[in-house]
Amino acid sequence: MLKSPKDVERIAEQAKKGLNQQKVRAMVCAGTGCLANGSLKVYGKLKELVSKKGLLIDLDMTEDACGEAHSGESAACGSDTPGGIGIAKSGCHGFCQMGPLVRIEPQGILYVSVKPEDVEEIVEETLIQGKVVTRLLYQDSPSGTAVKTEDAIPFYKHQHRVVLANCGRINPEDIREAMAMGGYHAIAKVLDEMTPGQVIKLINVSGLRGRGGAGFPTGRKWGFAEAAKSCKKYVICNGDEGDPGAFMDRSVMEGDPHKVIEGLMIAAYAIGADEGFIYVRAEYPVAVTRLKKAIKEAREYGLLGQNILGSDFSFDITIKEGAGAFVCGEETALISSIEGRRGMPSPRPPYPAAKGLFGKPTIINNVETLSNLPSIILKGAAWFKSHGTETSPGTKTFALAGQVVNTGLVEVPMGFPLRDLVFEVGGGTRTGRKFKAVQIGGPSGGCLAQDQLDVALDYESLRKVGAMVGSGGIVVMDEDTCMVEVARFFMQFAQNESCGKCVPCREGTKQMLALLTKITDGEGTEEDLELLEELALAVKDGALCGLGKTAPNPVLTTLKYFRSEYEAHVLEKRCPAGVCQALKSYSIDPDKCRGCTLCAKACPVGAISGDRKKPHSIDVTKCIKCDTCVEKCRFGAIIKE
Amino acid sequence: MGKEIQQVFQRKFDKVNSIVDKHERKVSNLIAILQEIQAEYRYLPEEVLTYVATALGIPPATVYGVATFYTQFSMKPKGKYIVKVCDGTACHVRHSEKLRYLVREKLGLDDSKDTTDDLGFTLETVSCIGACGLAPVVTVNDDEVYGQMTPEALAIVLDQLIAKERAEQQTEEQQEKSDQRPARNGQAKELDDGKGCQGC
Repeated sequence: MLKSPKDVERIAEQAKKGLNQQKVRAMVCAGTGCLANGSLKVYGKLKELVSKKGLLIDLDMTEDACGEAHSGESAACGSDTPGGIGIAKSGCHGFCQMGPLVRIEPQGILYVSVKPEDVEEIVEETLIQGKVVTRLLYQDSPSGTAVKTEDAIPFYKHQHRVVLANCGRINPEDIREAMAMGGYHAIAKVLDEMTPGQVIKLINVSGLRGRGGAGFPTGRKWGFAEAAKSCKKYVICNGDEGDPGAFMDRSVMEGDPHKVIEGLMIAAYAIGADEGFIYVRAEYPVAVTRLKKAIKEAREYGLLGQNILGSDFSFDITIKEGAGAFVCGEETALISSIEGRRGMPSPRPPYPAAKGLFGKPTIINNVETLSNLPSIILKGAAWFKSHGTETSPGTKTFALAGQVVNTGLVEVPMGFPLRDLVFEVGGGTRTGRKFKAVQIGGPSGGCLAQDQLDVALDYESLRKVGAMVGSGGIVVMDEDTCMVEVARFFMQFAQNESCGKCVPCREGTKQMLALLTKITDGEGTEEDLELLEELALAVKDGALCGLGKTAPNPVLTTLKYFRSEYEAHVLEKRCPAGVCQALKSYSIDPDKCRGCTLCAKACPVGAISGDRKKPHSIDVTKCIKCDTCVEKCRFGAIIKE
Repeated sequence: MGKEIQQVFQRKFDKVNSIVDKHERKVSNLIAILQEIQAEYRYLPEEVLTYVATALGIPPATVYGVATFYTQFSMKPKGKYIVKVCDGTACHVRHSEKLRYLVREKLGLDDSKDTTDDLGFTLETVSCIGACGLAPVVTVNDDEVYGQMTPEALAIVLDQLIAKERAEQQTEEQQEKSDQRPARNGQAKELDDGKGCQGC
């Protein structure tokens, strides 16, 4: 039990000493991506081999050895048994496609795509002898050189990690490791030295804006709730990351749950709340488990509960699991959902800061917003403002995905050029095909073309080009993607997720979807394009909540930047990307076809016929346009139009 | 016979009761209550919804409203293995629809039917599971995650799963047969407490 702010420092020092006994330490990524790639087997084998050799040392052992678990003086502890090896599971490193990842400290070596059979070599060569296993290093393309440390990999080189600082560096299931890295130091400082008013003032000065999408100044939001008079107030952490293509909140909750808890505590102290909720998507089971464990640990250490660190501040957190409704990311809908009702938004005002959960003043902050708070408290507003732009200070985490070489989580200062993100950090398109578009901000964001690539990634610049930061999902598309189909895809999503409360969104998304489907089916007319635009603008103006107001963005931006593609669908009945089923047809180039029969064998409906070693032909009446023949043909003889 | 049915019902609602009690019969915990019930039954039987409404003192329409609002809840029985094909943006641009077609073809499902007749498999298309770096992604019962999937690789996974399910079904059938024998000899058969109940 920690009884004063100074106790935080003491436990941190103790944990650091314990960790220092580990001469080397292997951190195996246990984020959702690496788990899927089998990282637990790698972890298990590492632990088994190292303990067989009697070299394994973990935090619990160091404390037991000193006989002072969780308390007492830490005088000479740890100094007499140097040379141990630590093996730990960590949260997401962000470079998911190269998983399972193993990071070796203190050298900072990153091994990628590690398999259980590589473990023995890692133990013998690296952990015991300190040598590098070159074949497991990241190979930089196109140069083909192996990159030794994580920091030197182009994917990481441009990043500036604040929110993600501990993700991949600590074991998220051990509160002591979080504390050794500075965890709970900010809340200790707040309780020791600052009044709620001072905290709000500091956050105001720092210029921190909500990372969930809209970018409302966090300090101002808090100010409203602090001013509201009520015997009961609530704080809520919004972890309902529903944007398809975004996974930064998941990674923070999985990789550094204590930072989220600490952030929520700071917010609660600032506005005078004693109860908090973390609302997590049901689709994130690992995040739910880690958060629950973290809350339990925090309670055991007295960091949650009554009179925290000997102060007057009492606070506790409950986890609420969502049940799969995108609209619950909207704050008033989220409140309804926590109250156990259908997650439908309500008109604002009253804003939740005045009348929120159970009718009491409530603050809802996004996971990433909250995770920025501890650093601002410890390092100050000036430090925070030294990153990013004048109006959008700090860093932002983006989830880079789609047809790009390097996919994963990227934290860069606000205002970072989009072009550099796609081509420097992301390494360009992975298919070798030409870059076509980048979709930013999920279903509420927009699609930007080559010409908009020089836009800076901050709130104002993105809004100017019709997109938005949103939660920060960035999906790269190459020339094989049909932009009309992408617009249809997002509209389908918005229509599915529309809660049905207000007419513009309920009916508007349905009609826009019908128009887009008509166009991708090859039945669209020029008038449909005008109607689509008019409808999109009407929904943008008329919808009740953020979901409806931003749902037309993908349509409006594709109409603006990829109009020629719409026109090809409507006027020439042609899909330039060869994606829309109704508009494509297949034939075989007799000059290129060698008659190898591979396509005829692969065709699931038997639409291809021809004699061996003679050019084949496709029966278009049977063809289901599944693309199988295109993939099978080794001579590029199938013509897709 | 009537008494036997009553007993089955009693046991079924015992479980529901304990879930409702665990959540202190609070209306604000309705979603969590329904989640736990669904974890138990693999779907939300209608009579259970009415029971929950009575237990919480709210109209059945409210419970029904919540159960139909959230995509996680199903009023129809789901299969033992739930195959989720992610169709988030990242998976979509990496051609996840091909994977969906493959699953449908392998399991004999279509637009109007997402669960196999023997309740072995359910196909779900989800909006994003947040593993975009591994797109396209398929999960089985949430605990098995398959990333960077191709139709060929998924075909192997599905074939193995189908074989596994068939084997399990056979074992269950044999189990049932051997269970029935003593019952015929006049011994009382242990009644199912509703766990694994599929369509009462």
